[in-house]
Order: sequence, then C-alpha cells, then structure tokens
Amino acid sequence: MKVPDQRLPAATFEDLALPLFDQLYNFAHWLTQDTAEAEDLVQETYAKALRGFSSFQMGTNFRAWMYRILRNSFLSSRTGLKTTVVFDEEDQETAPAESATPESLLIAQADREIVQQALEELPVHFREILLLCEVEEMSYQEIAETLAIPIGTVMSRLFRARKALRGLLQNKIQGGSHGV
Amino acid sequence: MACEVGSGKLDAYLDGELTPAEASALSAHLRSCSACASDALERVQIKRAVSAAGKRYGPSAQLRAAVANKIAGSVAAKPPRSIGWQWKLVAVPTILVLIISIAVNLYPGRESARRQRVYSELADLHVAALASATPVDVLSTDRHTVKPWFQGKIPFTFNLPELQGSEFTLLGGRVTYLAQTPGAHLIYQVRKHQISVFIFQDRAADSASLPSGLVNALSFNVESWEQNGLRYFVVGDVSTDAIQALSKLLRDAE
Repeated sequence: MKVPDQRLPAATFEDLALPLFDQLYNFAHWLTQDTAEAEDLVQETYAKALRGFSSFQMGTNFRAWMYRILRNSFLSSRTGLKTTVVFDEEDQETAPAESATPESLLIAQADREIVQQALEELPVHFREILLLCEVEEMSYQEIAETLAIPIGTVMSRLFRARKALRGLLQNKIQGGSHGV
Repeated sequence: MACEVGSGKLDAYLDGELTPAEASALSAHLRSCSACASDALERVQIKRAVSAAGKRYGPSAQLRAAVANKIAGSVAAKPPRSIGWQWKLVAVPTILVLIISIAVNLYPGRESARRQRVYSELADLHVAALASATPVDVLSTDRHTVKPWFQGKIPFTFNLPELQGSEFTLLGGRVTYLAQTPGAHLIYQVRKHQISVFIFQDRAADSASLPSGLVNALSFNVESWEQNGLRYFVVGDVSTDAIQALSKLLRDAE
C-alpha cells in the first residue's frame, strides 16, 4: 500500500469504475451463471466500491480492487458459498505439455459454444482465473491482487486450469472418447 | 515428445510474463523446436478461444442505467446526504414547532394584530373626532334627537340610554366608518373627558369575532361587546370605571 496522501476525489470514481461495467458484468455472470444474480452482484459491487472508495489508494490497481470486491461479494453470496475454492495448489506442477496431436488442431475449430460449455463446467476457481487471464488480459500480478494469492499460486492455478480446460475440450470434440 | 526447454515456460511466454531476455530466448527456441512450436500454437489457440468465448454476457440497459444513476446520484448527493440525515433530526422538531407556532402563536398573533388594527382605528376615529372643529354632526344631548338622526344614514338602529342621574352627558353623534362599514359614532362627556361610543353591525369586517371585554389600546381604555347583532366599542381616556359605567348604561338601554 502506498502512502495514503493522494486520495481520489469522489467524482473520479465514475471515471474509473464505469468503464469496467461491461467486463465486471460479464465476469459476474460467469461466476454466478445466472442473470439475476449477476445483476445483483454487480450492483452490490458498485455499491460497496462506492462506499469504500475513500479508502482506495492511488497507486494501487483499481481494476484489481473492483474485481476483488466483486469476487469477495460472490464468494459470500449464497451461490458463492456453495462453490468450493481450492487452496492446495502449491505444487507447481510442470507436467510435460501434451505433444501436438490432431485433437489440438480440432480445438482451433472448436466453436465458441463448446468452449463456453467447457468453461461453464470448470470449477469456479479455474473458470475465474482463465477469464481474468484471457478475457481481462490481466497480468499475473493483477490476478494475484484480485484473487489475493501469491504469484506462484497464480501460475500453478492457471496451469491447472488450462490443463483442465484442454481436457474438457478434447472430451467434447471427440465425444468424450479421449480424456486427459 | 515434449521438449524440456519450453514446456515450463510456454504459458508465461504467451501470457507475456517472461522477462525480455527469457522471451527472446524462448522465441528463438520455438523457431527451431517443432514440438514446442506446436505446443505453443495449441496454447495460443485455446487462449484465443477462451478470450472469444469468455466475452459472452452483456449487461442489460436497465442495469447500466441503475448503476450509472447510483454513482451519479452518490457523487452528486453525497454531501447533501450526510447533511440530509442530520437535517431530518433538525427538521422534524422544527416542523413540529412551526405547526405549533402556527396553531398557538401565529394564528392568534394574527388575530391579535387584527384586533390591534381595529382598536387603533377606533382610537384614530376618536381622536380625529375630538380634534375636529365639528366633532359631531348632530349636536344634541337628547337621545331622542340623536337616534332618529341616524335613520337612513346607517343600516341599523340602536337604543341609547337615559342619562338622567348619571355623570355622563351626550354631546352628539356622527356617521363613521370602520373597515368600509358605516356605523354610529356617539360622543359622551364625563367631567372634562370625552368618550366615543362606536356602534357597528357585528358582521362588519374586522369587528366580528372580537372578544368582548375591557382592553387598553394605545393608552385608551376600550370596552367592547356584542349585543343584538351590534358591536359596541366605548373608547376614552377616562378610567376603566367610567368606561364600564357608560358601557353598562348602553347595554341596559331600551
């Protein structure tokens, strides 16, 4: 945390937070898998952020701050409490990557719907880290701030999430005949 | 077979998380290692697929408006809101006090002001008449002369008392107006003092609903009462005893 000498005036909350609205909603919907819950979650996120904005400090990552609020709100929501978050990921698994297979080329042709289905089927903690990395294009540092985990855990979780996704995709493309 | 060089770093490379030196080294390796190149291609494809598929949900216009309003409202209304909360604490008792003021103070206050206006107008009439070279238009001590004189001049009639045996003397009378309403102005004398008696219809503007009784207006003593639909005022600088004595005579007149 930086020295709290430079607090943002309230007016700039709008300038900072509103541009994130669409992304936050998308993320919320992915987490909740429900329109009404996603809307509630986004509203709650903005309300909390607005209230807590005076404590937000310049120099820290606003986007990560907003996502963290949203994610924490989600985890404490009814739906969020039902999801289990895995913390035992310290094993920085560096299993040999799959060699190029015909399946990997099929993934390139996998239509959007299949990828979306696979993302839906992923556990929340895998889904969210993939979304933050690929959709939000957050750096590992930002992801670490958002999820409140060390960068090493970001890398290992990301690795596991990608592996799980790849497995799901291959299953879907090949009708479930080829697991990982 | 997988290549040991690139396997652990491909994700970080594609995510742009390697240092420039590491990145250029891996980049060089990819050009020479088909296994790693193929692996990297697959990972890039998945990255792209997830990126595209992940941009899936769009917020409704209502939600956008609701959040935007909340922010705009909060930014605009934040200082008033904190004040507003305290404002209520002050406002509620203030409004109550105001209502009570209106009920208890303001309305009677206005009544009292209205009464004062009537009394000061009567006092003016009294003083003006006495200061006039012709204080009365009918100059007579005889009530049977004075009373008929008012016929056709005012829209009502009244009885004047027999003053035989009292200290009062009737000097005469004149037509007067109170709030654009005609009335009788009689002047009596007691010792060296002159007393005005005003008689109006009780419904005459401003005189209606005036409380009966003795008051002091601009240092004049004023007795007022309502009788037979007429409103009587007895105004003079004499003692209250004299005012009340004359008032009693008028009330008892037949």
